[in-house]
Amino acid sequence: MSKNELIRLDGITKSFNGNVVLKSLNLSVMDGEFVTLLGPSGCGKTTTLRIIGGFEMPDSGDLYFGGERINALSPDKRNINTVFQKYALFPHLNVGENVAFGLRLKGVSDRDVEKRVSEMLELVDLSGFERRSVTSLSGGQQQRVAIARAIVNEPKVLLLDEPLGALDLKLRKEMQVELKKLHERLKMTFIYVTHDQEEALTMSDTIVVMNGGQILQQGSPIDIYNEPANRFVADFVGESNIIPGRMPEDCRVEFLGTVYDCVDRGFEKNEQIDVVIRPEDIVLLEEGENSIQAHDRLLKGTVKTCLFKGVHYEMIIETGDFDFIAHSTVAEKIGMQMYLDIDPDNIHIMKKSSLETMTEMEYRLEHDPDAVMEEE
Amino acid sequence: MKKHTLSRTYMILVFIFMYAPIVLLMIFSFNSTKSRSVWTGFSLKWYAKLFNDSEIINALQVTLEVAVSAALISMILGTAAALGIFSLRPRSRKGLLWLNNIPMMNPDIIMGVTLMLMFIFLYRICHLPFFALGFQTLLIAHVTFDTPYVLLSVLPKLRQMDIRQYEAARDLGASNFQALRKVVMPQIKSGIVTGGILAFTMSIDDVVVSYFTSGPFSETLGVLIFGMTKKRISPEINALCTLMFIAVLVLLLIINFREFKASKEREE
Amino acid sequence: MRGNKIASVPYALWLALFTVVPLVIVLFYAFSDDAGAFTMDNFSYMGLYAVVFFRSFRLAVLCTVACLILGYPMAYAMSRLSKTGQTVALILIMLPMWMNFLLRTYAWLTILENNGLLNHFLSFLNLPEVNIINTPAAVGLGMVYNYLPFMILPIFTSLTGMDESLIEAARDLGCNERQVFRKVVFPLTIPSMLSGLIFVFIPAVSTFVISKILGGGANMLVGDLIEMQFLGGAYNANMGAAISVVMMVVIMIFTAITNRLDSGEEGGVLMS
Repeated sequence: MSKNELIRLDGITKSFNGNVVLKSLNLSVMDGEFVTLLGPSGCGKTTTLRIIGGFEMPDSGDLYFGGERINALSPDKRNINTVFQKYALFPHLNVGENVAFGLRLKGVSDRDVEKRVSEMLELVDLSGFERRSVTSLSGGQQQRVAIARAIVNEPKVLLLDEPLGALDLKLRKEMQVELKKLHERLKMTFIYVTHDQEEALTMSDTIVVMNGGQILQQGSPIDIYNEPANRFVADFVGESNIIPGRMPEDCRVEFLGTVYDCVDRGFEKNEQIDVVIRPEDIVLLEEGENSIQAHDRLLKGTVKTCLFKGVHYEMIIETGDFDFIAHSTVAEKIGMQMYLDIDPDNIHIMKKSSLETMTEMEYRLEHDPDAVMEEE
Repeated sequence: MKKHTLSRTYMILVFIFMYAPIVLLMIFSFNSTKSRSVWTGFSLKWYAKLFNDSEIINALQVTLEVAVSAALISMILGTAAALGIFSLRPRSRKGLLWLNNIPMMNPDIIMGVTLMLMFIFLYRICHLPFFALGFQTLLIAHVTFDTPYVLLSVLPKLRQMDIRQYEAARDLGASNFQALRKVVMPQIKSGIVTGGILAFTMSIDDVVVSYFTSGPFSETLGVLIFGMTKKRISPEINALCTLMFIAVLVLLLIINFREFKASKEREE
Repeated sequence: MRGNKIASVPYALWLALFTVVPLVIVLFYAFSDDAGAFTMDNFSYMGLYAVVFFRSFRLAVLCTVACLILGYPMAYAMSRLSKTGQTVALILIMLPMWMNFLLRTYAWLTILENNGLLNHFLSFLNLPEVNIINTPAAVGLGMVYNYLPFMILPIFTSLTGMDESLIEAARDLGCNERQVFRKVVFPLTIPSMLSGLIFVFIPAVSTFVISKILGGGANMLVGDLIEMQFLGGAYNANMGAAISVVMMVVIMIFTAITNRLDSGEEGGVLMS
């Protein structure tokens, strides 16, 4: 895969009626990448996508496509196509003519149009649907038509705005796999917007976690899950126990009154930090189990609740100051005394001075000169 | 920018086309002579005459009476029908809605003529004095063409409402009537009011149906004016219509201003 | 709501009594003579009025087409305005309906008559005077004037209610602004145009007041004919009923064809 930068957003700022939606956003997308913009509703992810698609103009900042600045280029002149949230299929055209729409505008000959349309419909598993009315299709089928209509134009980039939001769980899982396969086959750049962290983890090469109009973390799904940059990311992606703590020295962390071994280094002495422990990384040990002797410091707690979740049991373990969520395949009795064993590898340390506040400072630094210039 | 001015200019031209006759009519209601095209000086004499013309005042009274009563009756009839239509089987529901369309789609003249024929038939051949052409027959005709508008204003409101709210009310111990009054009514009220206003407007504006179904002593304003067009329209009528037009204009401005203010507040 | 079936009974009865029964009575009159015996004479004598039928139909079609040509750009221009602008424009369109339509039409008489305002204005500009009043053109003008809102309103509603994402999708797929209109916006407003056609054609083909005021005696339409049979000099209820029946049939055919165009359009744009 070529690792050339295809799209770059450079200090993009956008506001609607005085509400700042994007705060000096910087983002780089590589050619052929599957990038997911992940975040809660209102975080600015859809606005980012719409700026790339050309449906919104940034208030300030620059948008580059293959090295060329395209801020003011209208959507029809961008080599980018979009799969819209509720598909936006044309109700006055049948399935075949919906897919053919972009080709016809380019003046492709009738014979080629027909050939390409049927190829595309085959690709999305809708062979022979050319003459069907789009209103007669199920949600999943409409979804496929919307994808075929976009990719038939062979854009460099495909933008997908929560495309699976309207589908039921089973269909959504199937479509996730199919979209991933499609991406591998087409070698196109996909930029995908979702608020579903599981969807993001399943499909993406790169996840961009957004909140409050800013990027909080950008990285591979494994990085994002295992090394969340701050409290928000840890909380939003997967379930986690987040405990405030302190780093007395490299590879040593103190929380809940005890000092533990860990693997993180490079913090200031006694720096205040947040500790993330994923529920599945907590091993529960019963009193008197052999392995307990091997550990000198173990957290001790009482089982408060125990819920069956299908694959595992979810338990809340009450220690003196903190209630841990833990996952286990074995159910424990409520009220039972348990020891919590956590491998040093599974203790993740996050900077307290979170990226959220840092970027806000950066934003002020970068944005104020702009504001001054505008006033002049 | 050029495209903008073009479409603005066109819009203004269409509005001039629509308002020129109305403005003219209003201006000449202040003319001191009967002329409708030569200005001879400002005068309020047609307004003064208007309030002393018993024929016009009487017609105005009939118009308002029939419009208000027809609107009220059709609000009750139409709302009840809308409530009932939900529990009908799909086929009867479709049938009723299809019938409901007839008075709306039928040309005024056909409706007037068919109703008149039936009233005459009932009066002369069945000897039912109630159906002698007069205020009753006028009211029946107006209710007939008003109710479809009420029904069609209320139905979408009922469709928007979650029918389970009615069931929830019943579940919580409300009787059928209480559930309708306390849960359903508040949500369809705006539809009923809209329907009522539409009905009132249709009644006020109607000439043709009234022309065929009113008796000699129950002439509406429209019928009276229509009679005059065969000779010459008295300028008093222009004065009356100017007053009515201004009344409506003021009413609309008040409604819209209040809505505008409400939406501004919601934004904040 | 199961138990409320009964609530729709009064209106169902009302419709039966005051909509269905009158139509049956008209049919009965149309097919009988003044003694009440069955006859087809009413229809066979109608050939005498062929000219009137033709004039009415032609004028109604011309008026409907004119309303479409004038009304579509108007609705489109209105839909491009800001939200507040749209509300104001909408009120301006509806407001004239509150002025009695007889008077609005009568005001045109003032403008168009031979020594009316239009000719005063023309002679003031040293232009030749025109003679419009009492011609079919004057009647047509009156119809367009009265029925134009019926065309503008449904098209405007359809344009403003259009899903914005469809327009974005068209842009995304490569349409420039003109192509967006031609390929997406216009086809999607076809159903509303057809409603407009019906809303204008029905009152246009059945009018009798406008032709009376602006057409003088010479431009009699079917509506005038019907009125004459019932309330005019030539009282003949059977003939009037028969003409009414024919008019209803014409309207039903027109509506059916128009509705057919609508459903045909959906399947009409097939793959070539």
